Order: sequence, then C-alpha cells, then structure tokens
Amino acid sequence: MTELHHLTLAELNEGLRARRFSSVELAKHFLARIERLNPTLNALITVTAEQALAAAQRADELLASGEAGALAGVPLIHKDIFCTDGVLTTCGSRMLANFVAPYDATIVEKLSQSGVVMLGKANMDEFAMGSSNETSYYGPVKNPWDLKKVPGGSSGGSAAAVAARLAPVATATDTGGSIRQPAALTGLTGLKPTYGRVSRYGMIAFASSLDQAGTLTYTAKDAALVLRDMAGFDPRDSTSVDTPVPDYVAALDQPLKGLKIGLLKEFFEGGLEESTAKLIREALQVYERLGAQLIEVSLPNLPLSVPTYYVVAPAECSSNLSRFDGVRFGYRCENPKDLVDLYKRSRGEGFGAEVKRRIMTGTYVLSAGYYDAYYLRAQKVRRLITDDFARAFQQVDVLMGPTSPTPAFDIGAKVDDPITMYLNDIYTIGANLAGLPALSIPCGSVGGLPVGLQIIGPHFAEAKLLNVAHGYQNETLWHRDIPKGYE
Amino acid sequence: MMSWETVIGLEIHAQLATRSKIFSSAATAYGAAPNAQANLVDLGYPGVLPVLNREAVRMAVKFGLAIGAQISPRSVFARKNYFYPDLPKGYQISQYEKPVVEKGTMQILLEDGTIKVVGITRAHLEEDAGKSLHEDFHGASGIDLNRAGTPLLEIVSEPDMRSAKEAVAYLKKIHTLVRYLEICDGNMQEGSFRCDANVSVRPVGQEKFGTRCEIKNLNSFRYIEKAINYEVARQIEEIEAGRKIKQETRLFDPDKGETRSLRSKEEANDYRYFPDPDLLPVVIEKDFIESVRGTLPELPDQKAARYIEKFGLSAYDAGVLTASREMGDYYEGVLAALKSKNLEGNEKLAANWTMGELSAALNKDGVEVTESKIDASRLAGLLARIADETISGKIAKEVFESMWAEGKDADAIIEAKGLKQITDTGAIEKTIDEVMAANPKQLADYRSGKDKLFGFFVGQVMKVTGGKANPAQVNDLLKKKLAG
Repeated sequence: MTELHHLTLAELNEGLRARRFSSVELAKHFLARIERLNPTLNALITVTAEQALAAAQRADELLASGEAGALAGVPLIHKDIFCTDGVLTTCGSRMLANFVAPYDATIVEKLSQSGVVMLGKANMDEFAMGSSNETSYYGPVKNPWDLKKVPGGSSGGSAAAVAARLAPVATATDTGGSIRQPAALTGLTGLKPTYGRVSRYGMIAFASSLDQAGTLTYTAKDAALVLRDMAGFDPRDSTSVDTPVPDYVAALDQPLKGLKIGLLKEFFEGGLEESTAKLIREALQVYERLGAQLIEVSLPNLPLSVPTYYVVAPAECSSNLSRFDGVRFGYRCENPKDLVDLYKRSRGEGFGAEVKRRIMTGTYVLSAGYYDAYYLRAQKVRRLITDDFARAFQQVDVLMGPTSPTPAFDIGAKVDDPITMYLNDIYTIGANLAGLPALSIPCGSVGGLPVGLQIIGPHFAEAKLLNVAHGYQNETLWHRDIPKGYE
Repeated sequence: MMSWETVIGLEIHAQLATRSKIFSSAATAYGAAPNAQANLVDLGYPGVLPVLNREAVRMAVKFGLAIGAQISPRSVFARKNYFYPDLPKGYQISQYEKPVVEKGTMQILLEDGTIKVVGITRAHLEEDAGKSLHEDFHGASGIDLNRAGTPLLEIVSEPDMRSAKEAVAYLKKIHTLVRYLEICDGNMQEGSFRCDANVSVRPVGQEKFGTRCEIKNLNSFRYIEKAINYEVARQIEEIEAGRKIKQETRLFDPDKGETRSLRSKEEANDYRYFPDPDLLPVVIEKDFIESVRGTLPELPDQKAARYIEKFGLSAYDAGVLTASREMGDYYEGVLAALKSKNLEGNEKLAANWTMGELSAALNKDGVEVTESKIDASRLAGLLARIADETISGKIAKEVFESMWAEGKDADAIIEAKGLKQITDTGAIEKTIDEVMAANPKQLADYRSGKDKLFGFFVGQVMKVTGGKANPAQVNDLLKKKLAG
C-alpha cells in the first residue's frame, strides 16, 4: 500500500480535494513521523502540533464547504528564518532563542491564506550562514541518506525534513546556494526564484541584496504549486518586483524540443569530482534525447563569484545584524555593567563563531580606507558577472551544470576550514549575485548519496526552469527515491 | 593685533511635516506617550523592511525647487552604521553620496542693506533617531522611539557666512521658507527645526580656512548667535595664546552660555556608509518635478519684490511683512478688505499699521498673527476710517486699543465714544467764531503781525472739539477767518 508520505504534494493536494483523506489525517500522519524521526535528524527546532491540528481542522471545513484555497490542508514546514506570529522564531541562533515573532512574514501569511498547515519550524545554519547546517545553535542536522553526513546548508533542516518525508514541502532561503546545495545533498528539488519574485518581508535578513525565499519539494510540479501562492509583489518590500505571477503549473508540460542549454565551461573545470561530473553528463543526455541542443558557454568572470560574495554578503550582514544588541528583543547578557558591556557581551554570547566571523569581515570591508578596495570593487565585479550571464542568455534558454562539487560530506569534516566550506558554494553563488532564478534537481547518486543538477534561467524565467525540470522528471525517477529507513 | 575673520557653515535639520514616518506607516504627531508611535519597523524588529514615504520625497523636491537647486534624477539611501540604544537598527538610513537636492542658493539681507548669496551645498533625506531619557529611571535609561523614523531634510550650507548675525539671518530665511512651503512646522522647541554650526576663524586676508569645530544643540535663534559668538571668541583666544584649534564636536550649554568639547575627531565613529540594499535608488522623473513645481507658492523673496514694486514699500518693510507666510497673508487680507471698500492706494498705510500697532500688540500678548484679536478685515475697517478722514491717525490708535481689548469693530467704538472727526465746515466755522470771540486780545495781536499765535488758535479749536475736528480743515478755515 502506498503510504501518505510517499505521495507528492500535487498528489496529496489532489487527494485532499477528492476527499480521499482529510487534512487532519495528513497532519497526524506527518506529526507522528516527526515525533518518531526528528530526534535523530534534528531537522526541526519547533513542532507546532496543536496549531497544526487546529489549522488542519479548519482546512477540512473549508474543503467541505468548497471555499478552500489552492493548497488547503497541505502540511508544510517553515524554515526558522521566517517570522511566524506567536511562534518561536530563532533563526538558528542563541540570539533569538527566546524570540516569539509578533507577526507573520509575507510568505507565511500568503501560504496560510492558501490553506497550508504548518507542522513546525526547520533547523538551519545560524542566521543562514553556513553550507552544512553545523553552525546552528540547536546543533547539526543529519542527512537522512547517511546520518554521518551533513544535509547541506543553510536550509539543512528544511532539506532533511522533506527528504525524510516529514512533510511534502518546506520553505527555505537561498543567499549563496542555501536552497539548491541542500536540495542536491538530500535528493530534492530546490527552487530559488528570481531576486524580488518573493517578498522578503518577515524573513530575517542575512544579506539583503542576495536573500531570496524558495521551496524544497520532491518534484518541480510541487515547487510550481507552492511558488504560485508564495510569489508576488509586496508593498512592504521595496525590492519585490511588481510583475504578474504566471501559472507555473500550466507551463510545466511545454515540449523541450529545440531548448538551448548552455553548459557552463567554468563549472566543469577545477574541483568537480569525476563521479558527479559523470552524472551531470548523463542528465544532459536525457535532455538531448528530448530534443534539446547543448551549447558550451563561458562566463569569464564567474570564477570571481566566491571572493565577490564573501565581501558583499558579510558587508550587508554586518549591518543587518546590528539590531541584535540586547536592547529590545533577543538575548541579553546577565548584569551588564554599562552600555558597552551590554553590547559586547550580549552579542559576544548571543552569536556563534561563523556569524561573528562574517560580521567582522563585513565590518572590515566597509571601514574607511577599505571600502573602495573591497566593497566597491566587489560591486563592480558583481556587475561584470551579471553582464556575463546576460550575454549567455542571449545565446541559450537555460544554463546547466552541477549544483555542488561533491555529494554530502561528513559532519565535522570542514568546520575548522571555512575557506573549503565556502568553496562548496562555488556553483551556486553566481545566480545570487546576478539575482537569477535557479533550481537543483536530483540526477543520480554516488555511493548512495544524491547528486544535483543545477538549472539557471534568465530573470523571471521560473516557469521555464520548472518546465525544464519537470521534463526531466517525466523521464527519470531520481526524485522518487526515498532514503533507507524513511520509506 | 591681528584681525580675524569668522567662517560659518550651517547644517539644518528640518523635520518634514508628513503624516507618517519616512519608512513606516506610524504617525509622526508630537507629544504621544513614549513608544506609542513606534511600530515594528521603527523598533527595528527582525525581518521588517523600510518602504519610502513618497510624500517626504515630494517635500524635499519642493524645497530644492524653491532654492533653485538641482534635483537629482537618481538619489541613493545609505546606511550610517553605529550603535546607540535610541537607534534601533544599529544604523540610520540617510543619503550620503547621492543626495536628492544639490547646489542651491539663498539670499540674505545684511544690516547695511546689501544682499548676500549663501550657497546650499545639498539637502538630503534621512530618518531621525529616537530619544534616550536619562532621568526618572533610577540609574537606568529610558528609550522613546516615537521620533525614530521621523523624516528629516538635512540642509547643508557652504561656509559662506562671516558673522553670527549672518548665520542667524540665513537660518531665519530657511525657517521662513520651509514654513512657506508647508514642509516643516518650524517649531524649534519641539525640535522640528534644529541646527548645527561649523565655525572657524582665520586671519583677515588668508584664503585657507582655519580648523573648524562643530557646535551641536542649537535650538533657538538666540542660542545660535550666542553660541557662535562664544565659539569665535574662544577660538581667537586659543590661537592668540599660541594654541591650536582641535577639530571636534562641541555642545552649547545655554545655561552657562558656553560651548564645551563633546568628542574629538579621533573619537568620531567610522560610520561605514554603504547603499541600503533594502531600498531601491530614488528615481525622480521630470514630470514629477514639474507637478511639484506647480504646487510652489509665491516665495518670500518674490513676494517682497512685488511689495516693493507694486506697493512702493521699502526693502526692509517688504522683508518684515514677508517674514512669515501668515504675516503676508494678513497684510494682503487688509488690502483686499480695503479694496472691497473702494479704498485702494492705502498700501503704505496698511503696511505701517500691520508692522506697527498690530505687531506690537501681537508681541505684547505673545500670540501669532493667525490668532490676532483684530483680524484683517477689522483692521481694514479702522484704516478705512482714517482714509475717509472720519478719525485722525492719533484717534485711530486709541480706537485700535479699544478694538484689541473689546473685540469690536472700529465703527462701533468710534460711535460709542463719539470719536467721529468733525468735518462739517459750518460746525468748524462756528467753533472758530466762538474761539475768536472769546479771545479778542490774541486776535488783535495776531492781526497786528504776531503770526505765531496761529498755533494758539488751532489749539483752542481742537480743545473745544475734543480733538475731533479735522486738522486740515481747521487750518484752512482759521487762516481765512483770522485774516478777517
């Protein structure tokens, strides 16, 4: 018998509407799995069982009355970076370990209106800074494919939860690859939309010009369903873009014949493991069979992505995290002797090592005398990288390459070596710097660990990306693989 | 003894009179209970984002147009980073490299009657911080964030002023202008209009500027003049004693009438300015500028020029009458009321009364012209009686006082007190005849050549009529009658 957690979000949604099962049944089923499996995985920081059952009850009533939203009754987990009214919102940090948000983030509000049922809040790297989910104050998250391995980061909790079938979808955020890299490392479809496509209001900022909310799901179709209700202009976010939200689901089945795929030359050079490269080449062959054309393209400035990112992102984070000062909310040190002591100890004790490293880097690159050499120069390189992408998209419809240079690595393997850790994001950062939509889909596995294929598109080409991913998923079954022990 | 020249530049912070804050929807009204007007954006909560208030931009553009400045087609908000409890986000959103307004000018009238042009380097938009309250908290500090996020226009002048008086004249002109434009209420006590002064001295004839000090906390015209004069004297004394001026920020203490060091340049923060990634650049289209231009009122200088040209007023009088929009409105209200009585051509009379009796009465009661106990049409009613010679100017002052005290029309008071001027020739002639009959000796002396006695007869006639006889008529008729 097919169990409820074997169904995709689209299938669950259909079943709910056909009244084959109720939302309360679904919520109970997934909450039971969370209760059983989460203690090992550490994927969730907060489980909102009571609220979930109440929301499911309401969803069932709406479904019965025929007035339900598009996703009514579908269980979901929110990354703990999104503010949720009346619910603990920690951002994976001791700094916010006591912070109950007084409002809903725009995407939380929009998805609630659509009828989703929040089961809990997902673990994450502290303030979304990390690529392995090891910087969380709540401890590392384990990869359900191999409990010794990391699930990737920063959306590691969201990825582990969906991969372990604790929910059919989790929200996530991507500043330098934090949706796509965990998707690749846990065998999921991870979509980072165009910068400005989804509101950032209520999403605790890491690097404002790079942060973008998206989804972790089993399939591209599931991502299309959720994005349709998440996306859109928000008057509370000046950087959100006022452009219509297309019907991503309707566009999924466009034929891929004649699709021009750009192969990023720079992505197949250097640190890419051969076993991963082989799987990517096989995936490309699938596209060729579907009638796509492969064209090698070069983005000469792309190798500068990592250094550029590690100037821009820390600079913005150093300023964004200044509000955590122990004065109005969050962690406050015991018995401060004066104002400076309050600041120093609250921030010193409230933030973890990686966050402090980035605040210090960012403070340095913005300082008088260094601003031009670092921040300004990085912004110029960012412009060059964006231009490189724009030129490439004059030739091709989408770009493809690996998401991550290697499959999931061991917990603890890179924690003492930040540079190696940062290089993990080498293939994903470019899309953030240029504000482009990108997704990762599973395309095979190496030694039992999933590998992701990355697809990058021009601005606001989410419908095309999902269409291209869906075409592949019609031909393959990698996205249906469930880690052992979680079937 | 060396002689010194003072160099002053001013930074004015004008609080823009928007209903809501510059980046949030919270109200800006003054005087609410602490933190009652601070929403999650003002409190800098995790996840919230700023959204620019279009009205603040409109007001900045209006100011820019009024000073003949360039309006930047693209200006940028930056973050000024520093830690302070009344700065909730740990940074202030302000315009740094690309302000919305650049390169304007303001004319000031110097004491010798010449006009000086003061350059305005820039005017930029920014958010205000909150307030730290150090009293009443028993060793702790209270934070009131009602003011946090209030829109400010920071108006930065060139170092063009050469005395405290010039600085005050410039400040008053800006103060007048922002109120004319209705972009700031100008209330200095409530802090809606504040000023910092950059002051330095240099030997007369030297081109290079001396080291400057920035004086903060100047919230009245009187303090500014005092503070600058104190600071100039201090700097000269330092230099003449062989010491160097240190570049620093100084605070004016109004109780002691002196400035004291707050922090030196070395102690100043590195603000780590960078463009705010939460806000898009402010793009201002030509159409928007033109629509704002269409809302500009007649500006003080334009109005003064019109008064001089059309009404024949002096530059000084025109300056006084245009110093506030309300005063000009009052004056023109008087003229309009006179016109409706077909009494045009009394602009100087109206100017004299508005600036003289009326202003004195307002000052005495400490009220604004908009709260005057004699409104423009009532004052016109009084002036009409002077113009049609119902009463003399001297009697009019008496009537004015009664009007102010009793709140009645001029005519009612003239009637009730019987102050109506006697213009009936027959009546005056009758009085003259009586006076001549009662003073035969003086009459004989006058007629034998003692011309000086003419004044005596005028006095007698006025005395008998209780001062109400029309003086010109008395003169004419007396001359004829005395001649025999």
